[in-house]
Amino acid sequence: MKKKTVGDLVFEVFNYVLMIILAVVTLYPFLHVLAVSLNDPYDTVKGGITIFPRKFTLVNYIETLNYPQIPWAVLITVLRTVIGTFVGVLSTAMVAYVINRKDFIARKPVAIMFIITMYVGGGLIPDYMLIRGLGLMNNFLVYILPGLISPFNVIVIKSYMEGIPPDLEESAMIDGANDFLIFWKIILPLCAPVIATISLFIAVGHWNSWFDTYLYCSSEPKLTTLQYELQKILSNATASSQVDYYSNLDPNRTMKVTPHSLRMAMTIIVTLPILLVYPFIQRYFIHGMTIGAVKS
Amino acid sequence: MNSAKLSKKLWRQRYLILMIFPFIIWLIIFRYVPLWGWIMAFQDYKPGRPIWNQEWVGFKWFVEMFQDPDFYKAMRNTLIMSFMGLIFGFPLPIILALLLNEIKNIAFKRTVQTISYLPHFVSWVVVASLVSEILSPSGVINQILQKLHLTNYPIMFMAEPRYFWWIVTFSDIWKELGWNTIIFLAAITSINPELYEAATVDGAGRFRKMISITLPGIMPTVVVLLILSIGNIINIGFEKQFLLRTAATRDVADVIDLYILTYGIGTARYSFGTAAGVFKSVVSLVLLVFANWFSKKTTGYRMM
Repeated sequence: MKKKTVGDLVFEVFNYVLMIILAVVTLYPFLHVLAVSLNDPYDTVKGGITIFPRKFTLVNYIETLNYPQIPWAVLITVLRTVIGTFVGVLSTAMVAYVINRKDFIARKPVAIMFIITMYVGGGLIPDYMLIRGLGLMNNFLVYILPGLISPFNVIVIKSYMEGIPPDLEESAMIDGANDFLIFWKIILPLCAPVIATISLFIAVGHWNSWFDTYLYCSSEPKLTTLQYELQKILSNATASSQVDYYSNLDPNRTMKVTPHSLRMAMTIIVTLPILLVYPFIQRYFIHGMTIGAVKS
Repeated sequence: MNSAKLSKKLWRQRYLILMIFPFIIWLIIFRYVPLWGWIMAFQDYKPGRPIWNQEWVGFKWFVEMFQDPDFYKAMRNTLIMSFMGLIFGFPLPIILALLLNEIKNIAFKRTVQTISYLPHFVSWVVVASLVSEILSPSGVINQILQKLHLTNYPIMFMAEPRYFWWIVTFSDIWKELGWNTIIFLAAITSINPELYEAATVDGAGRFRKMISITLPGIMPTVVVLLILSIGNIINIGFEKQFLLRTAATRDVADVIDLYILTYGIGTARYSFGTAAGVFKSVVSLVLLVFANWFSKKTTGYRMM
């Protein structure tokens, strides 16, 4: 190994410092909001909170979770994420499997039909009219059905399936298994890594979406999601009027907390599940991304 | 193939057909029926009547759109924010990938990477909340600026139109920088290690190797992604603009999709909104085809 030159050393120090700055800039907003959400709301008004709460309290969380819409929003968001991910992944994998079967009679036309939709879509208004026409407004199904399958995910799973030796299917077929059983019992378990990755992407997508609620379910309080509730608080906080969304609901309640602290608590509630699962799912998505990147 | 053979094959593949059939129906309803809705752009759509029984108005809505100053404003904002995103956001993931690749301490490298992906997984709603907190009059940016005596009174970042484009650009970079780096890091791992050994023998330093080997090594990936993002300049979406805008910054925040949302759904002018949507789709398709052609020409790599 060659000795390091001065130039190399300078470069290295510079590089490490830069990376530390990047990490701090990325983490600081999260830690700050967490600290404010755990700090006494009237103490926060004095300012100066950085990343540690000064007067620790859970009152912001208790108050947030006490608003009638929030428990519903939690339930709907969880239901949407769980059902949407399960149905979505299964559908995507099934489509990928059929398209990947070299002997399938309509393989080409079906694949082309899916790929076309990657490049052209109806757009906002025709989609909206369709949803309205189908009676999916203020209907839970609007969270699951329209976005059921993304062609990109089909391609990712399909390219993983290409790596599975066809002998496995053939021997199962000789044993008398039908195509569905082969898919369910053989192909699906073998695809576990890519299925995990795609599940993660779909789940995060469901958890994070707010616009479909805004567009299709905003007049049904029992169907709104957490992200949408946070968006409502945000748009009220940034609007020129000083009227706060939550103080509108119940003027007595906001005496205990400030709108600002509520917003911070809500932000953390919405982010928390992602922060909690993040360390466990981290190693999967790198792998998944690399597959997707190489193939497409 | 004769019909007996075909029906035999169909029967043998009945499970495959059953498995794909519901999804073809889904595809037609949710992806192809909306395309049919494009004809609304050439009609004076009135709710309650079937689509084939509407009045045809030709290009009336397109003409009206091109005479609307708000449309030009939306177009301008779309293009400016797209190009700002490209100019400032495109090189950074490449630089980060190059620098990360030079870090030999695996644990440190992993930690930085793990942290840098994190914002990709939170929603724009959360990012908007974080951004408005950091940029609030009592937020950390204002505190730093005041400590450094760069300003004597807090700046109202979110309410100043002239900061809006920068806020959108930099919050997007903050959110996606780490994630966009993955693809370049993947490209770096495929570079032949012998090149580095040869360069070391020739006496090249770390920085020299980075510039002369790693960077050219990922160039094909860089070019393809650049062309692809040029093909997508009109598709910047509306989420960040919608969530970060305030009453004071509407003029600089409205992008094409927000224009469609406001005029199409907000005021129930469905035909007009669809016309704007059709215009956007056509421009985007033309750009994509052009990008594809250009990519094939320059790199031999086809995306479609």
